[in-house]
Amino acid sequence: MLDVAARTETPKTAAEVVELVAEGRPLEIVGGGTKRGIGAVAGADAVLSLAGLTRVIDYAPEELVLTAQAGVKLATLEKLVAAQGQMLPFEPPHLGRLLGAKGQPTLGGALAANLSGPRRIRAGAARDHFLGLEAVTGRGELVKAGGRVVKNVTGYDLCKLMAGSWGTLAVLTEVTIKVLPAARTELTLLFFGLDDRRAGEAMTRALHAPAEVSGAAHLPAATAARAPLKGEMAVTALRLEGFAASVAARAEHLAMALKDFGRVEQLDGPLSRDFWAQVRDVEALWKDPRPLWRISVPPAAGWRVGEAAAGEALYDWGGGLVWLLSEDNPRAAVRALGGHATLYRGEGLAFEPLDGPLKALTARVKAAFDPNGVLNPGRMGAS
Amino acid sequence: MPLPDAALIARKGEIVRALRRLVPGEGVIGDPAGLVPFQSDGLSAYRQTPLAVVLPDTTAQVCAVLAWCQANGVKVVPRGAGTSLSGGALPLQDGVVLGMAKFNRILQVDYANRCAVVQPGVTNLAITGAVQADGFYYAPDPSSQVACTIGGNVAENSGGVHCLKYGLTTNNLLGCEIVLMSGEVVRLGGKGFDAAGYDLLGVVTGSEGLLGVVTEVTVRLLTSPQAARAMLLGFASVEAAGATVGDIIAAGVIPAGLEMMDRPAILAAEAFVGAGYPTDAEALLIVELDGPEAECAELSEQVAGIGEARGATTIRTSSSDAERLAFWAGRKAAFPAVGRISPDYYCMDGTIPRRQLPHVLGAIAQMGREYGLGVANVFHAGDGNLHPLILYDADKPGQLEAAEAFGADILKLCVAVGGVLTGEHGVGVEKRDLMGEMFNETDLACQQRVKCAFDPDLLLNPGKVFPRLHRCAELGRVHVHRGAVAFPELPRF
Repeated sequence: MLDVAARTETPKTAAEVVELVAEGRPLEIVGGGTKRGIGAVAGADAVLSLAGLTRVIDYAPEELVLTAQAGVKLATLEKLVAAQGQMLPFEPPHLGRLLGAKGQPTLGGALAANLSGPRRIRAGAARDHFLGLEAVTGRGELVKAGGRVVKNVTGYDLCKLMAGSWGTLAVLTEVTIKVLPAARTELTLLFFGLDDRRAGEAMTRALHAPAEVSGAAHLPAATAARAPLKGEMAVTALRLEGFAASVAARAEHLAMALKDFGRVEQLDGPLSRDFWAQVRDVEALWKDPRPLWRISVPPAAGWRVGEAAAGEALYDWGGGLVWLLSEDNPRAAVRALGGHATLYRGEGLAFEPLDGPLKALTARVKAAFDPNGVLNPGRMGAS
Repeated sequence: MPLPDAALIARKGEIVRALRRLVPGEGVIGDPAGLVPFQSDGLSAYRQTPLAVVLPDTTAQVCAVLAWCQANGVKVVPRGAGTSLSGGALPLQDGVVLGMAKFNRILQVDYANRCAVVQPGVTNLAITGAVQADGFYYAPDPSSQVACTIGGNVAENSGGVHCLKYGLTTNNLLGCEIVLMSGEVVRLGGKGFDAAGYDLLGVVTGSEGLLGVVTEVTVRLLTSPQAARAMLLGFASVEAAGATVGDIIAAGVIPAGLEMMDRPAILAAEAFVGAGYPTDAEALLIVELDGPEAECAELSEQVAGIGEARGATTIRTSSSDAERLAFWAGRKAAFPAVGRISPDYYCMDGTIPRRQLPHVLGAIAQMGREYGLGVANVFHAGDGNLHPLILYDADKPGQLEAAEAFGADILKLCVAVGGVLTGEHGVGVEKRDLMGEMFNETDLACQQRVKCAFDPDLLLNPGKVFPRLHRCAELGRVHVHRGAVAFPELPRF
């Protein structure tokens, strides 16, 4: 990683980004810098910071869309939309503390990494709310794709391609996202002392019920024992959001459907919000020197990850997302379960290696946008 | 369209024989009579007889056909059920249609992971049909869902009346298997919520058959809502109806469906199915609420209150599922209903920011007067997706051309007010030449380079989406600043 202060360029306009990229120097693209350590960029000559592109360009609550420059801080946006009774539906995590970084996450960074919080299971991922973009490709060309309306199929959906490309295809300068009304109430049901397998069953049953569960997480005993919960046993949590009468009816339905999983406790309002914020930001796994893995698997296979690797795990997305602190490399086991693993913290290959025709196709897509490899060289795996 | 290659057309006999070796039995159609049903898709104003039709029934056959066509420079047009409204499956005179209808099996229903693995020729409605007894369904519901296939839905990123709340096809997929023009098989995604590498599933979805042929799809299944209720709200003006839509969303309510019809559409639908629509209204909203019974009850009262405050002249709430379906019957029959009052109609598909609705509808009415053509509007009001139905008579000289020019003007207006050319029907051949309204040459070249990464010889469904086809070598020119690539020794990825 470069010394940020040493060679950081902070363009103020998209045109300046074009200029910088067109110079042809290999660049590390940085938003708030919270995720810089993931699959660290190797061989960049300078840092291109989006910190100078922070303007909210258009926010029309009644149209459910928001257009902003990519460097705007998530916290700023969250406040802005909350004031209109709305939310960022994909509940982007703030991973700075988890990853030992000082900065504040940006909208562009959340989209570039396609990071979504607990609500992903119900509302969709960052990529599902990414409607339009303006970006500078590795060719130094300013391009736009998508639109500023919620429904659009005009041309290729390059927003999806950018989501999760980690700045290796283009530098996002301006993005349009879909926003939604915030839930009027929320409530969380907690179950205690379930082992991982049993918790997986509870979450699956909850997600099968017509209860519109918008968060399904499990903290095994060792994880729940850590800050901030400091609990005495495993905790399995199910979140319900919406209008009060609906939430109450669904909570009752769910408690009945899951009555064989033991005692139920209920978190309301602010307590529920705090609980899911710490799940979203993986707070239980902060401040630990061990390698940290983010693992995506078919949800019903989630609990098997904990069987395959020793360490502390936090299960989100009904088992579909597993955060794992472990000295063991879980990749082979995860692949056998039909998933993939990304090393978020620690030494080693960060991104799941690809093979066969998919690897070759991926390289051709990369070359289509960035033929000289000037954007985030080395990220998402060297060829 | 690309100019047909006379040399390829002359080789028809050889091409058909070669394809028969790859797909034996009844899988290859070469005789003129047999090709007729494949001449057009849902955009029937455009017709073309293909060189041949090949109907494989295994992925291995798809691979073999594509690899052979690539090696022999033969263009391929993939086709599902042929219900595209933008000419996505329009054949080429010198090309082969690759029909996927035989891929009609549901391979696996995986309730534990809330997904189903299906072949691309399975119809949209058949997926829900296979799981609804167990309390699940597949959410996207294009109006052609009884006929259209999931493979076609992936290609077009199809929507439907419920996509305001539940999303388009792209938001309801977990994975797919595609075959590239080279014959290589690539699996994208799986059963998890995200996949390693770039989101190629996301870019293949809605790529209109230009990037690969879908041979398997993994879709998300949702739990069926406990209850659903539909409401009819009639208004004396389009403005009042539009304002009501804004108020509903401002109240934090995202209905499962939120449709608007203007007076010509209301009258046509009422005359056709007798759904009980208020024929004195200038605009009608159909609002569907779903979820727990308690939620439907609370929200329907809230919506009624909003409608009342905006001066609704009619407010009715369905009290049974039969009544709910009756409320929808008129909307769902709007296209054929309009077909009864006009010999032909032409359906447009722009999306606009909702606040522009009164302005855009006013401008459309004015254009209709200028072109001398009637127009009925149905509208996915919640997400701003407009479907003006232009009424014309193809037997009257000049009317088809006038309808097309009128349609193009509507779409240009949609873009001018901040919207887009197509909300759910796709670009196809229909809107291809309007792409320049939304995108400049640099934008289009960027999209075409994606095409080149998947299909460097431009053999898969050429002539669709892009107004001008650039050879990939031409697009591949690298912009090199000051004559040098920095750090040429570095591995670049």
